[in-house]
Amino acid sequence: MPIHEQSLIRPENIRTHDNLVLDGVDVSGHWSTFIEPRVVTDYNEALEDEIAALPGGEYIHRCWQCGSCTNSCTVNAVNPDFNPRYWIYLIRMGMESELLRDKDIIWQCVSCNKCTYACPRDVEPEGVMKATAHWLEKKGHTPKSPSIIFDEIFAEQVIARGKIEESSIIRTFLKRTGQPLMQDWLIAMARSLMMKLPIGLMRRMGLAVLFRPRTAGWSKARAALEDYVEECEREQRRALGLGNGKPE
Amino acid sequence: MSEERKYDRVAYYPGCALEGTGHAYNRSTKAVGKALGLKLDEVKNWNCCGAMEVKNIDPKIQTYLSSRVMSIAANEMGHDVVMAPCNGCYHNLKKAEYDLEHDGKSREVVDRLSSKAGHETYEAGQVETIHALDWIKDGIGEDGLKARVKNSLQGVKIANYYGCMYTRPRHIFPEKDAGPGSESTSEPHFMDDLLAAAGAENVDFPLKTACCGGAHTLSDSDISTKLVLNILEAAEAAGADVIATECPTCHSGLEMHQIRAEKRLGRKTTVKILYFTQLLGVALGLSPRKVGVHENVSDSRGFLKEKGLA
Repeated sequence: MPIHEQSLIRPENIRTHDNLVLDGVDVSGHWSTFIEPRVVTDYNEALEDEIAALPGGEYIHRCWQCGSCTNSCTVNAVNPDFNPRYWIYLIRMGMESELLRDKDIIWQCVSCNKCTYACPRDVEPEGVMKATAHWLEKKGHTPKSPSIIFDEIFAEQVIARGKIEESSIIRTFLKRTGQPLMQDWLIAMARSLMMKLPIGLMRRMGLAVLFRPRTAGWSKARAALEDYVEECEREQRRALGLGNGKPE
Repeated sequence: MSEERKYDRVAYYPGCALEGTGHAYNRSTKAVGKALGLKLDEVKNWNCCGAMEVKNIDPKIQTYLSSRVMSIAANEMGHDVVMAPCNGCYHNLKKAEYDLEHDGKSREVVDRLSSKAGHETYEAGQVETIHALDWIKDGIGEDGLKARVKNSLQGVKIANYYGCMYTRPRHIFPEKDAGPGSESTSEPHFMDDLLAAAGAENVDFPLKTACCGGAHTLSDSDISTKLVLNILEAAEAAGADVIATECPTCHSGLEMHQIRAEKRLGRKTTVKILYFTQLLGVALGLSPRKVGVHENVSDSRGFLKEKGLA
């Protein structure tokens, strides 16, 4: 399958002339398309180091731009603008403003790891996508994505209790992202289950919601993890030059 | 049946999903183990592995979470094999094993967190983590399974769906792609082998390791619906009656987005979705109820009856 690459040239920077005559020669047609010349003045030389300082971004420097990640990408097959190779290129070049044009879709990586499987240089592009999404959010370029909100709710529950309870994660997520709980497909799923499940199992599921599962003797692990999360947060803020302030 | 029984008694790590949406997988795994004489000791006081979410906060938290489970199995229960039927749990335990062996920083963080949490730290190599597929494939084998089939799956056409976490990334599964008899990361076949031994006809399914979008099943539901619909329609095009699953996230994703695709995109698919342990269970003569078919969202009871399996 050929790589359907996003061109490094933005459509608005391409000029096609209908009737172009150069030095008396009519070059309209095949040779009439030119790239607008420009000077790049807004490199962020620290960009690669900043991404590399976030979890998952560590190996970005290994990339040799073969494009295997984009070629194997699940999301790229659905949305051709989702292009890990291109973003890795921009980050390594320090072309922050170009990267920011795609800021609203980078979080959509589904973590299928096809890129990491395909990568001949062990860049672990899946991690780079996550690091980049975090960088965008921490630098204030994007609001927290639904994916990051979901990760946070999930991690909060695991750290607090050792285990998760799925229905409370779903409810908290819909609430924090301002979505109604009564989704048509959720209702259809619940209805399909209610038709078949015996009363005993329904009661057990109901009890799990009321008495959320937890791991016995978790309190010390909880304290240790909370300390560690704070430590990570501090280190990341320092690496991104956001000061040593406490996490919001 | 003598020298092959290497997984007679193993530590069992069901994980959070198998106590919730994936309960049918829990029930059918235990029922199949019982029918095959493979004993499961549930890991005491286990915790969540972090699924696909906690690593995005920091991967080493996830390494610690998995290491605690393995530490309990090894140090408190004396086991050297942990069986995890959930692809997410299985993947994370494997990843923790790899990181603890190869990454000094992970080692240091896990040692520090374990000591603060008041339990023994996990040393790489203390346990072997296996999937439910390895457990049956290497514990009983196709011949052993064949000898126990009471209700052949003959005439059932199956698309075997393995998902992402069972084979990717390659480096955390050193035992795969290791020559004859080993599992393949590009074309996995353990589930195909087991279901074929139970009499089923496996269809040529091109999307065995495609992604169901499970990580974004709620946070970006539209893409998950598209990815799932692709899998469902490809299975139907390949002539499958059933998609066999081996992961609670994939399974509930397929069920949920089968409904969502019909509601939101008007694309209806009728292919059934069953855990491979449910299919093996009915082949071993267990009733659909015993393997939790009534707990699935997608209703396969009529289908199993029609095929003479209920």
